[in-house]
Amino acid sequence: MSLDLPLTRNVRPDRSPTDLIAYEANGGYQGMKAAIGKLSPPDCLQIIKDSNLRGRGGAGFPTGMKWSFVPMDEAAAAGHKYLICNADEMEPGTFKDRLLLECDPHQLIEGMICAAFTIQADVAYIFIRAEYHLAAKLLREAIAACYDKGYLGKDILGSGYHLDMQVHSSAGRYICGEETALISSLEGKRANPRAKPPFPQVSGLWGRPTIVNNVETLCNIHHIIERGADWFQALGLTEDAGTKLYGVSGRVKNPGCWELPIGTTVREIIEHHAGGMADGYQMRGFLPGGGSTDFLTNDHLDLAMDYGTIGKAGSRMGTGTMIILDDKTCPVGFVKNLMEFFARESCGFCTPCRDGLPWSAQVLDDIENGRGTPEDMDTLARQVEFIGAIGNTHCALAPGAMEPLQSAMRYFREDFQRHIDGSACPFCDGGAP
Amino acid sequence: MWTGERMSELIPVIDEGEIALSAAEIAEIDAEIAHVPYRAAVAIDALKIVQAHRGWVSDESLRAIARHLHMSAAELDGIATFYNLIFRQPVGDKVILLCNSISCWIKGCDSLQLAISKQLGVGLGGTTADNRFTLLPVTCLGACDKAPVLMVGEDLHEDVDTQTLRALFQGEGGGV
Repeated sequence: MSLDLPLTRNVRPDRSPTDLIAYEANGGYQGMKAAIGKLSPPDCLQIIKDSNLRGRGGAGFPTGMKWSFVPMDEAAAAGHKYLICNADEMEPGTFKDRLLLECDPHQLIEGMICAAFTIQADVAYIFIRAEYHLAAKLLREAIAACYDKGYLGKDILGSGYHLDMQVHSSAGRYICGEETALISSLEGKRANPRAKPPFPQVSGLWGRPTIVNNVETLCNIHHIIERGADWFQALGLTEDAGTKLYGVSGRVKNPGCWELPIGTTVREIIEHHAGGMADGYQMRGFLPGGGSTDFLTNDHLDLAMDYGTIGKAGSRMGTGTMIILDDKTCPVGFVKNLMEFFARESCGFCTPCRDGLPWSAQVLDDIENGRGTPEDMDTLARQVEFIGAIGNTHCALAPGAMEPLQSAMRYFREDFQRHIDGSACPFCDGGAP
Repeated sequence: MWTGERMSELIPVIDEGEIALSAAEIAEIDAEIAHVPYRAAVAIDALKIVQAHRGWVSDESLRAIARHLHMSAAELDGIATFYNLIFRQPVGDKVILLCNSISCWIKGCDSLQLAISKQLGVGLGGTTADNRFTLLPVTCLGACDKAPVLMVGEDLHEDVDTQTLRALFQGEGGGV
């Protein structure tokens, strides 16, 4: 039996983009026609709620519930409401949204039209990282084609519903992927995250009701509306619904990104799809879903990759794109690279993040380069406790940065100890990384 | 990756030399202003537009943009210096964005950087003497299955090795 893989059905082996004609020939824009032509916004919201779709950007928040906080009264309808697609893919080790953007831009646009219709947004933005030049160009062309066809603009398909859509190409910085930082950036400001409440659903872009969703999340919407919540639920192998883009990078035989039923086991993804470890390498651990998730180890290979199971194991599914730690790569150097990344990408607003992360990076640099002391482990433990606590900072960047560190200290403590005892990195020639 | 010395170079020098934005720059910026509630909201777009025309954003350009957007130069500089792809000092004809995030690190981006630096004669943040290239680090480029990766201008290069570098930077520096 072949798998039902809705998100990648238009993805070709050579990754050439699917244009409007090819997209419609393969059943495209039927979900949009069903939503706008036959259903009401509350109908659509109910379908998405019933589907149990959870946000694919990393946090896994139920999409229907997120949308349900958007005010739908007449007062709200009197002004603008916004839908924003978060295409600011920058989480270390994450390369799934690029695939969807470059191979099937119309899928995202159709999903966005359905999402915008559900919350009755009149303006939609695709906030895309500056480096995704090809994706931005393809999206602009696809949006223009939709305006020509009457799928965007005034009175879509004679329904009386209006929606404008545009692409906003960013200017760098990882923090723009945090939804309130993204809103600040879209308003032309420094991308500082905002304290919540108020939540963006009530007061977001320009102080108006705003929904921010990840690319992969939005790509699911019209499929669910067209084929139903039960169909979507049945795609998942565990309590979570739908399919998921899973990726594997690091020293495996066949690194890549695949759409699979959500709940596929870690072992199947790494050993079957990624071909297992490259010759001469053994796996020691992995980050399940990007740079800000906790390490898991060989003991966790038979876990289902879903939100609940990975969460219970002490990590997060995050973006679903795994990074493999092999036996020839230094765990301390690995965590140091991540910590230097997060220190560099801190927006600088909250003190624990701005001053704490460079401190953690410095301690890790000392240990990696043979200058570590036994007290450094206590310092790192205190940093994990303080910086990792949710609520000490506006956003989750700093707590996320602590996740790989705290789990590395748990699973690879002997490696830290060997650096300190031997005053050198046991993985590097002459101690140089 | 700014060092202390480089940081001091970024502090704007106040002088009396003012410039005007070109008609093309103003037209592009005004097209963006049409979509937003107030002029300063297009600050990042305006910086990108002027940078596209002039290669970088000088103090004079910054003040000209600020005047056009009815905001203070200080506020605009706070925005410009926040974003790593707004250049407040001159860059080469093409910017090399070298990914040094985790998957590329595992696959050897550090030695790749050493090889590039050796071939071009520049470190991170440096511009080659012939002004063709500027080398900068960048956050994960979202092509981790093809690590290590880098961008030269708008082009992504995957599975980069010394052979790739030789082809990309032929005729530069002493060679690898």
